[in-house]
Amino acid sequence: MIKPGSYFILGNHACALGAIYAGCRFFAAYPITPQSEIAEEMARLLPKVGGVFIQMEDEISSICATIGASLAGLKAMTATSGPGFSLMQEGIGYAIATETPCVIIDVQRVGPSTGSIFGQQGDVMQARWGTHGGIYEIIALSPSSVQELFDLTIQAFNLSEEYRVPVIMLSDASVGHLRETLIVPEADKIRLVNRRVATCNPEEYKPFEAPMDKSPPMAILGSGYRVYYTGHLHTEEGHPILSLVRYHLADKVWRRLSAKIRSNIDKIVMLETKYLEDAEVIVISYGMSARAALKAVMDAREMGIKAGMLRLVTIWPFHDSLIRDLCASAKSIIVAEVNNGQILYEVKRAVDGDQKVIPLLKLVDTHTPDEILLKIKEVA
Amino acid sequence: MEHPLRSLIKVENLPHEFCPGCAIGQVYHWVARAVDELGIDMSKVVLVSGIGCCARGVRFVRCDALTTLHGRAIAFATGIKLANPKLTVIVVTGDGDGSGIGGNHLIHAARRNIELTVVLLNNGVYASTGGQLAPTTPYGAYTSTTPFGNIEDPFDLCRLLEAAGAVYVARWTTYHVRPAIESIKKGIKKNGFSFIEIIGQCPTYLGRYILKLSEPVECIDWFKNKSVRKELAESMSEEELSDKIIVGEFVDKEKIGLVERYRRLTEESVRSDV
Ligand SMILES: Cc1ncc(C[n+]2csc(CCOP(=O)(O)OP(=O)(O)O)c2C)c(N)n1
Ligand code: SF4
Repeated sequence: MIKPGSYFILGNHACALGAIYAGCRFFAAYPITPQSEIAEEMARLLPKVGGVFIQMEDEISSICATIGASLAGLKAMTATSGPGFSLMQEGIGYAIATETPCVIIDVQRVGPSTGSIFGQQGDVMQARWGTHGGIYEIIALSPSSVQELFDLTIQAFNLSEEYRVPVIMLSDASVGHLRETLIVPEADKIRLVNRRVATCNPEEYKPFEAPMDKSPPMAILGSGYRVYYTGHLHTEEGHPILSLVRYHLADKVWRRLSAKIRSNIDKIVMLETKYLEDAEVIVISYGMSARAALKAVMDAREMGIKAGMLRLVTIWPFHDSLIRDLCASAKSIIVAEVNNGQILYEVKRAVDGDQKVIPLLKLVDTHTPDEILLKIKEVA
Repeated sequence: MEHPLRSLIKVENLPHEFCPGCAIGQVYHWVARAVDELGIDMSKVVLVSGIGCCARGVRFVRCDALTTLHGRAIAFATGIKLANPKLTVIVVTGDGDGSGIGGNHLIHAARRNIELTVVLLNNGVYASTGGQLAPTTPYGAYTSTTPFGNIEDPFDLCRLLEAAGAVYVARWTTYHVRPAIESIKKGIKKNGFSFIEIIGQCPTYLGRYILKLSEPVECIDWFKNKSVRKELAESMSEEELSDKIIVGEFVDKEKIGLVERYRRLTEESVRSDV
């Protein structure tokens, strides 16, 4: 299929390859720019590895089929862009509630539905809070390069299988449509995580029983456990709670949906830092903008400005305390993102008013190093 | 003596929350019976439902089961079947769930002829939300959202599914016990998309407000009197049939299913180098 080595390829294709390497064997999606190359590549690759590709009638059915395939035992993924991501939200809520591993690639673009197809980082909050229901956590990752589209897609599957949670890749058109070098490692050098499956006696199996910091072992459909899945509020046994009087029986299961992520935040969150130790101006960014930020910070250093960079590789969960500590030396923090201010407020919340948090917002495409450097000089 | 179907039912999940005399119990009974009579191992059966009164029944059958999202059962089932074709995947859905919010998935599943069986209980209303207008509510009927009478025409779901490409399509009412079970069995055995519509009583809304009947058995009697076999209906005029329920098998054909087509594609794709 693809041998280890160096390739010059499109970001979206690297994402599809990453999925295949991660063991993804089911992909359902509906065409939308700038996502379509992922679907096209999956359509070509999956039959060759014994996997299944299906183009569904819309994004709603795409996420639902993805969840169904995962419950039936396959690593499953879907890919879309903002408008399609909105349509998937109800399904994402179901995957969270039933603790179904799945990966959702959102190649973000300027919205709304009929909007332009230029890249943006507009779905950061939609990823976090888009679905219904109050108590939940998801994991979202942000790739900055073609290589990361490959690496983080594998990581997305690993996290999804480990925590039994939908993992969302917040890609965007500027990285998905970028062509650059991808190094494909030897398959045995890639660490893969597979979900824990139920092994106990079916009579003793409780589908949603686990310590607060873990996801329970999963009973694959057809494996003899005769399990029942529901999006309703449910107990550890999986029984739906239909009366408020019995609500307390589901309380623990529902709190665990957050706790299993929150209590592993140190393991989940990946950040990239540069020159933070003595930085007086820190640029926080993610995705393509973070590459511009790094160049700007290096240029600033050459000019004698104590600048530093903090790139969010994991966007959600947001690691408040770590980010506060990393930014401790800074007088000002610039948040560079391609939207009207989404991570901006998370940073403000995390640093809790001690430092100046300055927005550097673009509405489309990505920042240039000069735009960021200008801002660094302004606030330094 | 133990009930002969007791082993097929998760009795530990009882009690259920259905109204007395509701058709839902019958439909699940028939599905379980059909599977049992076909000799299919229950641990290889997955029942998939959406949301609605009818959808709630899946957890009482002793197999793997899912209550999914409103209208999305077929989409979930599509993923399950493609991921593991060895499973017998049956969707049990209501008329609102299956043909209202889920109408698009229903017709596309039939078009792509995926090897699923859909058993749709048509009670003519959105029951679990309080008896509102459904895409199957008769013209002129009074429901909670048609206080002046329904001005829309209902779907003829069997004709819709026939046009969409299902390989097996049948309609029965809760009066037609044995033919309905036989149809479900036939549907399950088909290597393609099969659709069995059961017109059934919701005594609480359909009976009380639309048919103005107080007893569930009166509803079943009403179905019996209004039903005309498809073969007989062919010689009747449109006017004579206007208030009748045409029952029978509408489609029974062979066509290669999606899973099988995909299997062949996989074999070929390994040989070719795209
Ligand atoms: C997205 C969404 N919209 C609306 C609802 C509310 N809702 C729940 S059940 C239902 C109607 C179900 O009707 P039908 O499928 O005919 O089943 P019945 O209750 O009659 O068995 C509706 C509208 C919902 N749960 N989800
Ligand atoms: S409301 Fe109607 S469909 Fe729902 S359980 Fe009662 S009788 Fe059955």
